Amino acid sequence: MAITREEVLHVARLARLSVTEAEAERLREQLSAILDYVKQLDRLDTRDVVPTSHAIETGTPFRDDLVEPFGDREAILANAPDRQNDCFRVPRIIED
Amino acid sequence: MANVPVHEWTLLEAARRVREKEISSRELTGVLLARIEALDSKVHAYITVLPEAAAAQAAACDEEQAKGALRGPFHGVPIGLKDIFCTRGVRTTCGSRILHDFIPPYDARVTEKVLAAGAVLPGKHNMDEFAMGSSTETSFFGPTRNPWDLSRIPGGSSGGTAAAVAAAMCFAGVGTDTGGSIRQPASLCGVVGVKPTYGRVSRYGMVAFASSLDQGGPIARTVADAAALLGVIAGYDRRDSTCVDIPVPDYLAAVERPVKGLRVGLPKEYYEGDGLSPEVRAAVENALKALTDQGATVVEVSLPHTSFALSTYYLIAPAEASSNLARYDGVRYGYRAEGASGLIEMMSRTRAEGFGDEVKRRIMIGTYALSAGYYDAFYGKAQKVRTLIRADFTKVFEAADVLLTPTAPTPAFRLGEKTGDPLAMYLSDIYTIPCNLAGIPGISVPCGFSAEGLPIGAQLLSKSFREETLFTAAGAVERALPLRRVAPLEG
Repeated sequence: MAITREEVLHVARLARLSVTEAEAERLREQLSAILDYVKQLDRLDTRDVVPTSHAIETGTPFRDDLVEPFGDREAILANAPDRQNDCFRVPRIIED
Repeated sequence: MANVPVHEWTLLEAARRVREKEISSRELTGVLLARIEALDSKVHAYITVLPEAAAAQAAACDEEQAKGALRGPFHGVPIGLKDIFCTRGVRTTCGSRILHDFIPPYDARVTEKVLAAGAVLPGKHNMDEFAMGSSTETSFFGPTRNPWDLSRIPGGSSGGTAAAVAAAMCFAGVGTDTGGSIRQPASLCGVVGVKPTYGRVSRYGMVAFASSLDQGGPIARTVADAAALLGVIAGYDRRDSTCVDIPVPDYLAAVERPVKGLRVGLPKEYYEGDGLSPEVRAAVENALKALTDQGATVVEVSLPHTSFALSTYYLIAPAEASSNLARYDGVRYGYRAEGASGLIEMMSRTRAEGFGDEVKRRIMIGTYALSAGYYDAFYGKAQKVRTLIRADFTKVFEAADVLLTPTAPTPAFRLGEKTGDPLAMYLSDIYTIPCNLAGIPGISVPCGFSAEGLPIGAQLLSKSFREETLFTAAGAVERALPLRRVAPLEG
């Protein structure tokens, strides 16, 4: 199943990955090969099969929706690539 | 035991000797740190070594013991962690440039448990980037080498942990397994690795790859060491909503139980096809003989959907990964690309520069499989086939107590041998992947060596939450096949 260069660029945009022309071509080839391989699943009739999203069925665990303060705020902020006081600083959000 | 060098002691032996004051934690830790210093430039099992912090921990253990207090069963013994487990105040990279300077503000549950048991942390083990790989070659920090042959890979993604254990640069370690990442490197490095039942070990603070498949577990040089370490890290944690609240049995007690009457299933699909090396087949037959000699019975069984497992995995795991890895955007922590003029450009360039090729490839597959128009055909389809694969196992475990299979189709391959062909690399996980899809536990136990002296492991699988049965069967294999566990590697 061949995928096109346009599809690769579209998916890269969705995934927020900037790709070069050479990378796009390499990804097109590799993704096509992998998608070809996984198409073998079409040989199975799964019309009446219920999908599995969790291997172990445990039900949904509920808990009270309570705020628990995290003690070390500075340890979190210290990881920021760029910060201003107690905020994470980012480049311009509204682009032209 | 008098002639066994300190670094080759088992985890339980080292713990007993510290407890009985035959050796101090400072001395024990010093021996290990010196060994890391001498050998790790060749093996590269560690991303981060912590000589000062480990020495300080060891000194604290000794002081507490002098006052009569022991922290836990591994008081004062060095145990390493894959660099996927968050360690408060200690860099946690997940093998990626995007987390190369991340200092977690909290400990993973596994980290808390190992430290509470008294372990000293000598460092953080190398791994494939975000645990995506089967050779440890995708690490941003460079590959780990197999201590049995430095021209070969140690397996992956927990290759650093398996290599560190096999090279006696820690007494045991904790890795993670999403599609074989504990069992395959354990097999290739000649040590024991356990993938517990999904939900047995908390994933809190373990960097997420594919959340419905990821599970932490021990890598050790003996079955008993692995059983003891699983006993420490297993258990309920409310901070992981998929962690199961059932009691943790005494795994160590299971190791010596007899296997008489145990029904060992041989799934025929795992022995067909020309991908399985004859040497691996012969070694696994030795493990089978070990079990039958001790009174186990053999049943031929079939898992008919086995050949669809790899495809299912390579849709589900990347889909979950593409979602989990969306959080790496250069805003709150980790790497950020310089000089972007706007937010979207900053994020797109951060991710392009911060992730390696294999991670990008999987994000792309996953994003594609989840995108509008393809969701049902790929991701939805894979989730349905996953149901069929689970059902195969449920049925087989009516006739068998454990399944015996190869862990990996071949012994360790050479560095660079498969890096150019993603599908060839993925095939090295062909026997380990179905276990993760089904959520059941698995263990790899050494069962022989190739003619070239490379270790070979056998995989045992059981029903969910029957890890005890795995330890019983693996213990029997180990007693019958006493193989060298420490690689002959000298500084």
